[in-house]
Amino acid sequence: MARARQSLWLWAAALAVYAFLYLPLAVVVIFSFNDSLLNAEWVGFTTRWYGTLLDDTEMLNAAANSLFIAIAAASVATVLGTMAGMAMQRWRAGFLRFLPVLVLTPVAMPELLLGVSLLLFFRQVLDLTLGLISILIAHITFSIGFVAIIVRVRLAGMDESIFEAARDLGASPWQTFRRVTLPLLLPGILAGFLMSFTLSVDDFVITVFVAGVGVTTLPLQIYSMIKVAVSPEVNAVSTLLMALTLTLIALASKLAPDTLQGRA
Amino acid sequence: MALLEIRNVSRRFGELQAVDDVSLSIGAGEFFTLVGPSGCGKTTLLRLIAGFDAPDAGQLLLDGQELAGIPPEKRPVHTVFQSYALFPHMTVAQNVAFPLQMAGKSEDEISSRLKEALELVHLANKARQFPRELSGGQRQRVALARALINKPRLLLLDEPLAALDAKLREQITGELIALQREVGITFVFVTHSQQEALAVSHRIAVMNNGRIEQVGAPEQIYSYPRNRFVADFIGTINLLPVEVRATDHDGLRLFAAGLGEIVGTPIVGPSPGEQGAFAVRPEQLRIVTAGDLTELDNHFHGRIRDHLYLGDVTVYKIELENRVVLDAMLTNAVPGRARFLERGAPVAVGWQRDAGVYLRD
Repeated sequence: MARARQSLWLWAAALAVYAFLYLPLAVVVIFSFNDSLLNAEWVGFTTRWYGTLLDDTEMLNAAANSLFIAIAAASVATVLGTMAGMAMQRWRAGFLRFLPVLVLTPVAMPELLLGVSLLLFFRQVLDLTLGLISILIAHITFSIGFVAIIVRVRLAGMDESIFEAARDLGASPWQTFRRVTLPLLLPGILAGFLMSFTLSVDDFVITVFVAGVGVTTLPLQIYSMIKVAVSPEVNAVSTLLMALTLTLIALASKLAPDTLQGRA
Repeated sequence: MALLEIRNVSRRFGELQAVDDVSLSIGAGEFFTLVGPSGCGKTTLLRLIAGFDAPDAGQLLLDGQELAGIPPEKRPVHTVFQSYALFPHMTVAQNVAFPLQMAGKSEDEISSRLKEALELVHLANKARQFPRELSGGQRQRVALARALINKPRLLLLDEPLAALDAKLREQITGELIALQREVGITFVFVTHSQQEALAVSHRIAVMNNGRIEQVGAPEQIYSYPRNRFVADFIGTINLLPVEVRATDHDGLRLFAAGLGEIVGTPIVGPSPGEQGAFAVRPEQLRIVTAGDLTELDNHFHGRIRDHLYLGDVTVYKIELENRVVLDAMLTNAVPGRARFLERGAPVAVGWQRDAGVYLRD
């Protein structure tokens, strides 16, 4: 009996947490199918708001930008982050023991701060015209740390002697990387890529600072639309973005359960 | 000529002198064992031979060729790791074939040698399985097959039995000896277990604090330890502090405080007045309950204080007059009897002059 009651409480608590997290999101999803211009009352089911999205060239343009930036930023961040993660695992003494802190700082830094400092850096130091390139660099910057940490956790969970064994059995350092290290790290690297992609697609704060005037991403486009009113079209695009994010996060946490599900 | 020459090799890690001026010569086809307590430097020495680490001083020569500067993948030396270090993303067959692929062998040669190697370790039916699906003993055999398949000049084994349970360890020890004889490759085996060392080796080097204490055949090390450390580390032994009284062609006369005189075989070196220890193995002691003691060169009276029944043998702890306790071992040759002597029984214990050795301090 006691145990049954205990598990009932556990279920109730879990339900409350999920409600807290997902109820506001559910409202958006529900109203994206509402056959009314106002987010006030349920009138009837429709998918026409998704249809209007396809006719909205500004929206499509923003989506294309977001997709391009996310793929490019995630690719570069994955390569750099993997190298950083391997370096962090290999050199744990001397000056390089500070490397993890340095690589992870952008992860913990307030986005506002990162946005401002990147803006200053691009304009005052590099004299770069703000646009796709500046957004790309900014997204790479905050993604590297995530990839590095996932890769490092995966490496830390492995028996280091397998890399020595590969060398011992005749593999050069490059062959060791290709045949042993890379295949074993691959799930972590993919998870890092998906995380970076997600972070890039969803990012608003930093992007606002470094986007300049010409280029819009999906979150920026949504923001500029709700300055007028939260239209059902915004609900629809938000729902799609949410679905994409959840799918990618779920996929990533399946690939790297040790880091992303808190499992050792 | 020796296959592997280790000349005055040293390696230091910060304050720790892990390997301290070690010189060894290992012959082709030998089963050579490095034994010592954990932290004695045996694994460091192995890593220097494999090429994972480089010595601070000294030389390593394989077949007369200097090994310095040659990376591990270019050395004809393969290692069986303590953790086995199997590649978890490869099947048994892929693991074992790995060295051949790295060496750029043809597909035909790989498949025929793979078959041979898997049969050698009785794993032909496990070729398609992954390491995680195997038992500890099977993984160990995969590691062996993988390290042997490309016929290295030298096989290094780093505590390969440590992760196995006692019964399996015994079985694999036997297999290892047979395997080494069959393939004829030189084995350098590292272990902290003196029993394993005695059981498998042609020659043993006993290491302590980065130094080699003694090198020799198992029976030599066991019967004639050169110092207290070796005597104490290999097997069990009774150590009596003694002072040298006289040494002449009649024998070595030692004095053990409170016990009296001990006679040993004459040796060159010790001079009267020198302090040292007399070491005698428990199985060399005779326990006499009644009768003539004059046959024994050395004998003392005492009482049975305790006994340890170990199945095949029983170890009796005999307290002598001066509270000195000696361990004496008797074989339980009569079925069903755990002991022949009761606690408190008065006995005499003795040994012949050649049963023990004098060790200088």
